[in-house]
Amino acid sequence: MSQMPQQATVSQCPSCAEPLESGDRFCGACGYDLSAVPAPQPDRPTIAMSGSALQPPAGSAAWPHAAEPGSHDTPPAVHLPTDLPGTDSGGGGLPAQPPAVPAPPTVPPTPPAPPVPSAPPAPPAPSAPPVPPVPPAPPTAWASGAGRPVTAAPGVRFDRSPEPEEFPLQAPDPRVVTETADGGSAEEPKVCVACRAGRVDTDGYCENCGHAQPRERDHMEQESGPVAAVSDRGLRHHRNEDAFAVGHTALPDGSPVSLAIVCDGVSSATRPDDASQAAARTASESLRAALDRGTHPQQAMHDAIVAASRAVDSLAAEPATAREHAPHQNAPACTIVGAVVASGLLVVGWVGDSRAYWVPADRGAPAARLTEDDSWAAQMVAAGLMNAAEAYADERAHAITGWLGADAYELEPHTASFKPDRPGVVLVCTDGLWNYAETAEQMAGVLPPDADARPLHSAQVLVGHALDGGGHDNVTVAVVPFPAPAQGAGSA
Amino acid sequence: MANFSKSDVPQFSVDVYQNEYLPEGGHEVNAIVTVTATGGGTVGSAVTAPHLYSAGQGPSAAVAIMVDCSGSMDYPPEKMRNARDATAAAIDTLRDGVHFAVIGGTHVAKEVYPGGGRLAVADAATRGQAKQALRRLGAGGGTAIGTWLRLADRLLSSADVSIRHGILLTDGRNEHESPQALKAALDDCAGRFTCDARGVGTDWEVKEVTGIASALLGTADIVADPAALTTDFTQMMETAMGKEVADVALRLWTPVGTTVRFVKQVAPSVEDLTERRTGAGPRAGDYPTGSWGDESRDYHVCVQVPPAGLGQEMLAARVSLVVPQPDGTAQNLGAQGLVRAVWTDDMAASTSINPQVAHYTGQAELARAIQQGLDLRKAGDIDGATAKLGRAVQLAGASGNADTAKLLAKVVDVVDAATGTVRLKAKVAEADEMTLETRSTKTVRVKK
Repeated sequence: MSQMPQQATVSQCPSCAEPLESGDRFCGACGYDLSAVPAPQPDRPTIAMSGSALQPPAGSAAWPHAAEPGSHDTPPAVHLPTDLPGTDSGGGGLPAQPPAVPAPPTVPPTPPAPPVPSAPPAPPAPSAPPVPPVPPAPPTAWASGAGRPVTAAPGVRFDRSPEPEEFPLQAPDPRVVTETADGGSAEEPKVCVACRAGRVDTDGYCENCGHAQPRERDHMEQESGPVAAVSDRGLRHHRNEDAFAVGHTALPDGSPVSLAIVCDGVSSATRPDDASQAAARTASESLRAALDRGTHPQQAMHDAIVAASRAVDSLAAEPATAREHAPHQNAPACTIVGAVVASGLLVVGWVGDSRAYWVPADRGAPAARLTEDDSWAAQMVAAGLMNAAEAYADERAHAITGWLGADAYELEPHTASFKPDRPGVVLVCTDGLWNYAETAEQMAGVLPPDADARPLHSAQVLVGHALDGGGHDNVTVAVVPFPAPAQGAGSA
Repeated sequence: MANFSKSDVPQFSVDVYQNEYLPEGGHEVNAIVTVTATGGGTVGSAVTAPHLYSAGQGPSAAVAIMVDCSGSMDYPPEKMRNARDATAAAIDTLRDGVHFAVIGGTHVAKEVYPGGGRLAVADAATRGQAKQALRRLGAGGGTAIGTWLRLADRLLSSADVSIRHGILLTDGRNEHESPQALKAALDDCAGRFTCDARGVGTDWEVKEVTGIASALLGTADIVADPAALTTDFTQMMETAMGKEVADVALRLWTPVGTTVRFVKQVAPSVEDLTERRTGAGPRAGDYPTGSWGDESRDYHVCVQVPPAGLGQEMLAARVSLVVPQPDGTAQNLGAQGLVRAVWTDDMAASTSINPQVAHYTGQAELARAIQQGLDLRKAGDIDGATAKLGRAVQLAGASGNADTAKLLAKVVDVVDAATGTVRLKAKVAEADEMTLETRSTKTVRVKK
């Protein structure tokens, strides 16, 4: 999200609506302290991936122009799904339908804009203060959180009844095992990769030198249609506690959908690897099923996170958990972040500190982070108790404040929808990657220019970047091109 | 041999307790391996286990009781009388069908019952005859324990049984043969039968008795008061009757480049097995553990591994249980445990010590401190003895080894157990000192 100083992101006083000058610390009219961050609003705005302030949105006539920015550093207004002449997934017209909650149906003429991606991402890492949405950003089209009337969701509707299309839930396993990758695969002949002399016993250790053999999860790569993901154990951890799921499918009307889920097991908990695996699998299955039924992607994402949470919760009750670590152990837990690209819409959802980034194909346009960490540092900054530099310098900075697991006292799935006005890719990743490319700019700098055409290669490059940087954590990234290319024959 | 696939033979299980995390460059892996045998017969059950043997192979066990008949047993005369009564009680504890013999030991070994180089088979008649024969036991002559053991070995090997056990009682030093002769006898008998050793009175040498028990994988104890012999003999025989599998070995596989620092039994008592390894194929070795009934023992395994990079994991040792067979093969008892090494830069993980490892490291140090302290005391080094025994008091108190703490309190005046501040007692009963020395290796398990 925006990395800008708080006061610069507000174009008018949150208290009295007096227009502000950039750099103001207090409102000139009512004296409102602009550095005090207003209470975070519960809902996340739906925001558009519009061009930068100086760049009107690129060509596509289908997209409305962003409102002109109010001042030189004020982000442009958002696009709402309702800005578009709505089409359903099949391209047909939509019944006019105002957004249900809670937003005014139109973009305000002057831009009290949400602090969104057009802002050049921030100063050097590790600052990155995730700024909460500021209050005067009204046009929230879809709230995150529970209780949203889905069927009333504007913009996209899937009117057609789900057809019993025959695409498999699990895409035909296109797992690619690269020969150059440092991890072997379990299918290789059972000769030790460390000493090349011993056979591998049934426990996965070399009978000669005793070294543990690479496990299947040590290095995973998968391509599913236009989406690809790579996960690696990293260089410091002894097992890979990250997990991912990628897939592509088609909506009932045949339009393509891509999805990716990435989870990061919480190391201090029991069986983190099982937790992330269960969450990723459950979330992707839930997403596919919901999308097949025609559920709105944002609702589907919300439901998928809830389903994943239940799956992780249920691990705590399994005897294996009790067996592995007797009493004083944490229940299995993990983070989750997911992205769905469907019908011109980009939906992200997350809990924890795994992130999604937007990198436009035209690198002249700014990249953006789409998620806000559930982390101690982010909370401190959001609450105005510390500035970003202080917060991220603290040893508690990366402690997460939200996760999936039986001991998470309140599950708050965050979801957000975007309507990017240009092609690009969504990167869905764990902190093992973003620790080495914290800002959206840095992430875009690492991403190869042909990311949308070669997603697997791009994911490999990103993971390689993290490993080159030290690989202190498990590294996982999924690359999801936007918009989802039309389905190739035979894959659905 | 026994068919271990039958259901009521004990099932062995192996549990490994360790902190597998090593810091960068770390190379020493410690683990406590708990071996538990369950599901066999109960201890002292008077039931034979015919399923173990095909028809005609006979009962499962043979026991030889070796009673010291040297001249000193008559001073005081209760000693000989109590020894006779205790032996009778042990014979009564034999279950039907067990082969047995009684040996009277002096500077030579004599068959007291049944004689003729044979073993008797326990039943009402033979038990009666054996007890009659005990009346002929008289004191007179010297002590040459090696000869007793060699005779016991000859007799025990005459029967086709799977459990062979000896019970040895002495009241004096092994004065009528050289230490080398005893050592040679022990070496010859090791692995052929197990043997419990008891010293009665206070005129015997602790290291001789504990050495016999150690070499023959049995228990050692002091019976300072001859009147207590009957109870002790009965218990010993009950335990022997509960044994179901003999010659179990702990097999340790380690990868190339690793060194086994030590393998110790640490519960119920400390017994260093490191030097008793016999090779068992490439990179594996067997450590003898003797015979097993329904029981649980702990072993401390320490191996040195070549350091690997952070994030690497290796198998440092694989622990399994086998029964070596005469033809050189080994019957695997199924259970196994893995000792792992994982290198991490998480200091909290790599610096913590597994509680079991810490506990038994302390128990081993306790045994060592007692032995060193008593040796120094005998040598007249009061300061050294005070320091060692003080440390022992501290360790016994901290680890909850109450029995050893009580024994120590009879040898030293404890000023402050927590800091190990003690004064040597000016006058110590010989029995107390010998009891402490004999039982110094007894350990307690981790408080759960």
